Amino acid sequence: MSQLVTQENKYQSAFRDLRQSTNMRRQRWFDRLRENAMSRFGELGIPTVDQEDWKYTNLASLARVDFDPVVVSTRATIPVETIEQYSYPESANSRLVLVNGILQKDLSSLENANEIVVMDLVDAVADDRYGDLIREHLARGAVHETSGLVALNTAMITSGAFVFVPRGIALKAPLHILCLSDSDGPEVATFPRILIVAEENSSATVIESYGGRHDSQYFTNAIVEVVVKDAARLEHYRVQRETSKAFHIATTSIELGRQSTYDATAINLGGQLARHEINLVMNEEGAECWLDGLYITGSGQHTDTHSMIDHRQPHCTSRQLYKGILEGSSRAVFNGKIFVRHGAQKTDAMQTNKNLLLSPEARVDTKPQLEIFADDVKCAHGAAVGQIAEEELFYLETRGIHPDLGRNLLTYGFAEEVIGKIKVESIKAQLDEAVLNRLNTRLEA
Amino acid sequence: MLEIRNLHASVDGNEILKGITLKVNKGEVHAIMGPNGSGKSTLAKVVAGHPSYEATAGEVLYEGRNLLEMSPDERAREGVFMAFQYPIEVPGVSNAQFLRLAYNEKRKHLGEEELDPLEFKDLLKERAKIVEMDASFMSRSVNEGFSGGEKKRNEILQMAVLEPKLAILDETDSGLDIDALRVVANGVNQLRNPDNAVVLVTHYQRLLNYIVPDYVHVLAAGRIAREGGKELALELEAKGYDWLKTAGAESRSNSIAG
Repeated sequence: MSQLVTQENKYQSAFRDLRQSTNMRRQRWFDRLRENAMSRFGELGIPTVDQEDWKYTNLASLARVDFDPVVVSTRATIPVETIEQYSYPESANSRLVLVNGILQKDLSSLENANEIVVMDLVDAVADDRYGDLIREHLARGAVHETSGLVALNTAMITSGAFVFVPRGIALKAPLHILCLSDSDGPEVATFPRILIVAEENSSATVIESYGGRHDSQYFTNAIVEVVVKDAARLEHYRVQRETSKAFHIATTSIELGRQSTYDATAINLGGQLARHEINLVMNEEGAECWLDGLYITGSGQHTDTHSMIDHRQPHCTSRQLYKGILEGSSRAVFNGKIFVRHGAQKTDAMQTNKNLLLSPEARVDTKPQLEIFADDVKCAHGAAVGQIAEEELFYLETRGIHPDLGRNLLTYGFAEEVIGKIKVESIKAQLDEAVLNRLNTRLEA
Repeated sequence: MLEIRNLHASVDGNEILKGITLKVNKGEVHAIMGPNGSGKSTLAKVVAGHPSYEATAGEVLYEGRNLLEMSPDERAREGVFMAFQYPIEVPGVSNAQFLRLAYNEKRKHLGEEELDPLEFKDLLKERAKIVEMDASFMSRSVNEGFSGGEKKRNEILQMAVLEPKLAILDETDSGLDIDALRVVANGVNQLRNPDNAVVLVTHYQRLLNYIVPDYVHVLAAGRIAREGGKELALELEAKGYDWLKTAGAESRSNSIAG
């Protein structure tokens, strides 16, 4: 069941170091959580292609690398240019930086986020004001009993971020949580862990982004748990721009309260192998969610999105639109499940995955799935894989547009359906550039 | 400006054009008429450079150059324009973005300065008046959700922006109500000048009431069956196309005899 025992020994020795550190022995429940998670990781290990959920994403190359897990809190020195490269001007004063999963106060700037609580997750566990809240929500959405890599991340929680938007607060500036990997020496494994709790009637925008300082091999194993309480509203952007040799395996779990709104856009651009799992649970009536995504892959890249939307209560709406652009010999996987539980009447769910293959060597495996146990629902799903339409290209050519530019324009148009709805201008601009950068096409008009 | 000599063209190995000879000088308006399947749209597509249409014999000269050796985009930058019978939708790209890109590609090709978005906006505003198009169309995706008439108007707007030397309008009148037809025809008439030429490909005479041709060529079964002045169109309107079947046979035997 598990791959390469030597690999796990390295994680296990890191965990022994952690056990010796002051990071442990704070709260018994928290220590126990990490101990249990570690022993569960020992049992489950790193997933293999024998498991149905991992059929198309082979982690053998990840398991083979002798990563150095980062579990000891360190203060990182990161050049300003690197921070700027990954920053969004809208969040210049509402930016939290994690380096190798460890929160960096000196690199963060939170003046525009003072109505909310943003702090080190492990510090918050020991804080009387937030300890109980964290105990209630941490490791509830991201379940380590069934996933080796969720277990590993949970065992390795040594810092991370806790974001708390109090009742009725409307955060104006988007909060940006930047997760950077930094190692020019050994190949590191890092474990960013973020818990976001948006209380009743609050509203906020959170940008979660990933990148690397060096183009070396590293492994990001991230988990973000999101709780959106009754009538709260959360806009969540996730921008994955890891460097080219990185492994990125992440889970986002979301729990939605009554009449809450969750609007997410996940952008996957980087890494040699990236997997994003989304587990969204609609626990109360009248919740609404949008889970949109765009993945763009170049030669040698592999990107995988597995999502699960669980309609447990009546009158909830979910919309999911994922688009993929694949170049060269790249590969993408989309697996989207929608569950409509018994009694979840008047569910309105729609799921679409569309892929544009720009090369004959690109390949996509897409599998939207609906499982419906209620009888009064409106559900639809669909998947498409296509290429640039020759007639469309010819049309552009007859207007004097070179076919290379025309292909790019049509690709841009394809991506625009996802990019166009992004409300943070600098993310939008960054993506426009990512799509158009191969030709210096400027489209402002 | 355009000289077509004994052009033969095929699609998927089926010969559609079987020897077309046609000369268009600048300042002229030509109408190419004919029944469905006569090859008139094929002729337009061969001139525009559609990849599925293969010229198997003959030649097409544009300003003295071999047009068939030029790529479609190069033809366009050199001043050839085709208004599509079924304009293509380009989701996610706004009309203004698209037009500015196309306009600047042409400017670059001609060694002229590109226009920045603001300068282009002014130009676009002027040209939009020619087809009575509202500014709201400029921020919408190219042809997406446009009605049939709006798409055709948008084609003429593109023509107005790109200012081609040779404009081929492929069934631009089809699907237009009388008001839209008037707007489109008005637009084309405003864009006519002594230095450009217009080729109207049409099934019906109706359009020719608004854009008056200097010459009318009638195609049947891939050949030119009749040629004449604008009165030929009226004759067709009165008699229909059926009589051409015999006329076509005559012209074929003539060419064999000749």
